[in-house]
Amino acid sequence: MTNVIEAEQRSFMTGNEVVAWAALAAGAEFMYGYPITPQNEIMHYWTRLAPKFKRGFLQTEDELSAGFATLGGVMAGRKSFCATAGPGNVLMQEPISMAEMMRIPAVWFIQQRGGPSTATVIYSQQETRLTCLGGNGEGNRLVYSTASHQEVFDYAIKAFNNAWNYRFPTFVLGDGYQAKMREAVTLYDPAQRGIELHGTSRMLGRSSKQLDGQQVRHYRNTFNIEEELYETLMQHIADWDHMAEEVVEWAWEGDEEPDLLLVAHGVVSRAVYAAYEHLKSAGYNVAYFRPITLRPFPVAALQRAAGRCRQLLVAESAYGQLLSLVRDSLYGKTCAPIEGLLRPGLGITEELVVEWAQRLLARVG
Amino acid sequence: MERIHDHDPAMPASWNRATKPHRFCPGCGHGIFLKALGEVIDELGIAERTVFGCDIGCSLLAWDFLNVDSVQTHHGRTVPVVVGAKRANPELIVIAYMGDGGGYAIGAQHLVNSAMRNEKITVLLANNTVYAMTGGQMAPTTLPGQTTGTTPYGRDPDATGQPTLGPEMVAAITSNSAYVARGSVSNYPRLKQYVRQALENQLAGRGFSFVEALSGCPTNWHTNAKQTWSYLDDEMTKYFTLGEFKTPGQAEGGEDK
Amino acid sequence: MNKKHWRIVVAGEGGQGVQLIGEILAESAFRAGKEAIYIPNFGVEQRGGVSIAMVQIAEQALGAPKFEKADILVPLSERAVERTLAYIKRDTFYIYEASAIAPPQLLDATVGIQAWETVAPEAFSLAVGSKPQAPSRPPADMGLMPDRTIGIPAAEIARAELKPRVFNIIILGAILAASGVLSLAMVQEGMLAKLGDKLRRDPELKQLNLRALDRGWAYVTEAVRRETNR
Repeated sequence: MTNVIEAEQRSFMTGNEVVAWAALAAGAEFMYGYPITPQNEIMHYWTRLAPKFKRGFLQTEDELSAGFATLGGVMAGRKSFCATAGPGNVLMQEPISMAEMMRIPAVWFIQQRGGPSTATVIYSQQETRLTCLGGNGEGNRLVYSTASHQEVFDYAIKAFNNAWNYRFPTFVLGDGYQAKMREAVTLYDPAQRGIELHGTSRMLGRSSKQLDGQQVRHYRNTFNIEEELYETLMQHIADWDHMAEEVVEWAWEGDEEPDLLLVAHGVVSRAVYAAYEHLKSAGYNVAYFRPITLRPFPVAALQRAAGRCRQLLVAESAYGQLLSLVRDSLYGKTCAPIEGLLRPGLGITEELVVEWAQRLLARVG
Repeated sequence: MERIHDHDPAMPASWNRATKPHRFCPGCGHGIFLKALGEVIDELGIAERTVFGCDIGCSLLAWDFLNVDSVQTHHGRTVPVVVGAKRANPELIVIAYMGDGGGYAIGAQHLVNSAMRNEKITVLLANNTVYAMTGGQMAPTTLPGQTTGTTPYGRDPDATGQPTLGPEMVAAITSNSAYVARGSVSNYPRLKQYVRQALENQLAGRGFSFVEALSGCPTNWHTNAKQTWSYLDDEMTKYFTLGEFKTPGQAEGGEDK
Repeated sequence: MNKKHWRIVVAGEGGQGVQLIGEILAESAFRAGKEAIYIPNFGVEQRGGVSIAMVQIAEQALGAPKFEKADILVPLSERAVERTLAYIKRDTFYIYEASAIAPPQLLDATVGIQAWETVAPEAFSLAVGSKPQAPSRPPADMGLMPDRTIGIPAAEIARAELKPRVFNIIILGAILAASGVLSLAMVQEGMLAKLGDKLRRDPELKQLNLRALDRGWAYVTEAVRRETNR
């Protein structure tokens, strides 16, 4: 495969452009897509770059088709991915369910937009629940929530690797801000950083070269009896639990017995971290926690971070989607009140977080 | 005493013997359609590189029917799955196998658009005029006046439209390199010939190929053997013309040749 | 001036080249080794034809892409003035377009709710026509320091001395002179990088842009000097 990035390179670009470069660097071979804002430029950049590196692209008739064609591409043995947003993410939950059931390592990039319905093409964190737990199953998937262009690049590479390693559908959950804004990013060849790219294998189509003598494979997602499904699912869940221990990621900083623990994910964590630094330098006793994997959620780590805090503030551009993950994680583990700074579909600034935090801190002060 | 089971019945090598007898109802047309497919796969010697995709509905019962790599997908979504596989690995021979509901209703946009794009895939569609697995509801191909679970007084074309003419539609929208035909399980040699030409079209890398097979559903039609064949041959053919609608390089037709 | 963290809002009508100002500022800062974020057309003020570019420049890693108060606020039309009032604080550098000619405006209804995704073609905007207006200066009661409020008749300068299309580059020069956020040399380099292909093909256009940048810089430098000497 042609080397995508010859030498490490500091660049200034949009997040959508970063996704295209990251997918190339991660060894992605095929993208299936359907236009929806704000992820369109992923397709634009991919279609410009892909022919130079002998990678493929297909624009399908809708998101259902893009999602299912991605599964077909993966099953045929190619690292394939898809990108979508909002109502497209809703439609994609159907193929994602099939990926969960058949353990198809497809990768999705989600650039969240306002919801429900068509709403705005701009920004939100309202696809948190959908991306983590959508579909008609148990949420056997891996979801990374990124906060910067550098993370989009780093976690895209990780997403492809872990998808093919653990064989669960894997997501890089971004948003309209990350998609559209420009900031600096260092593009690199994973090999030069000692990151080995996971290999692929075919699920379908015996190649005389590769798979002579291998048994015919029959994949299905239909089961005849309850027990048959149950056993299959419990095996998947055991595999997922095993994966969870190895991939779960979070960031935690600050006092172990804080007067206030600030919690956020994705791009909002930037505002919250800036607020945390501001408050800390103003002499407040605060801490900061950010889940990086939303699925699996860093339950144990959050319990440690929150175990001795006096209160929590969860900030998100949604109305309680992260908040409910936090509450679930802390049930029975803390008596600290949990407040929500909930702004569905609206950006959150450092100033706003500071204002809320100071009000809460005055309460315990 | 020698029992009939002591002898393996004749079946195509590309059939999965371990799953025979198959799971379709007695008198169902799927077994005949899949026999034609199995024999053609044998004759063309393509089992090693064939990927068989089947839909939801009774077609899903074929998920382990063949001795070739197979994937059972969602209702209507078999076409995009095999399109994805074919685009990613063009040396594969991919087949999307489905019923009339999967092809003409819930997956119609995939059929139409993959045909428009001239995807190098083969779509085989069994038309038995009902949603059979879910208990015999009206399908896009239900005949006018036909009673089904959701048309207990007979299909009223004023309220629910005329039966979908799939091959006619596909022939109208595909390029000249497509192959489009409608056969019937009641004329096996002709049906097998169509399936063969469809797969040969894909093998040659020419373009889209599509075969609809008129197929019986005695369970949901509530018919005996004689009535089933009669419905297939006499009633369904009033609406569904048999024959090749498009052969590569030729203008579209519609008559049985 | 060595401020640590600059938050910049440029707002105007479709076709005024607002986003390019933001892009060049951010690109120039990046090339000068600083941290920068540029984000187009977000925020509650962004409705209909008003285009907003938000830029942050700092020496250290940057936080949220959105912010509440601007260190530099550059509204380039009457409508942009109204919609960016909330960004003003006491020490904001307020740079406004002071020509007596209003830029053509696209109506909200014409543009549609999702049209920000596709930049309104300049010709479409111009076809709507111009009309006289009062300069887009801030309301008297906003509490800005006088030497931090600077009007520049960039549209008139562009028309009389250069070309209407470099209006936004004149503004860019004015921003640098008024605030010192980046040096003129840094932005010259960033602009040439950003417009690289276009300017390489057309050396005349390159000179035109460089002159526009200088002209905006010189106008504001002179205005500040006069203000100080008074």
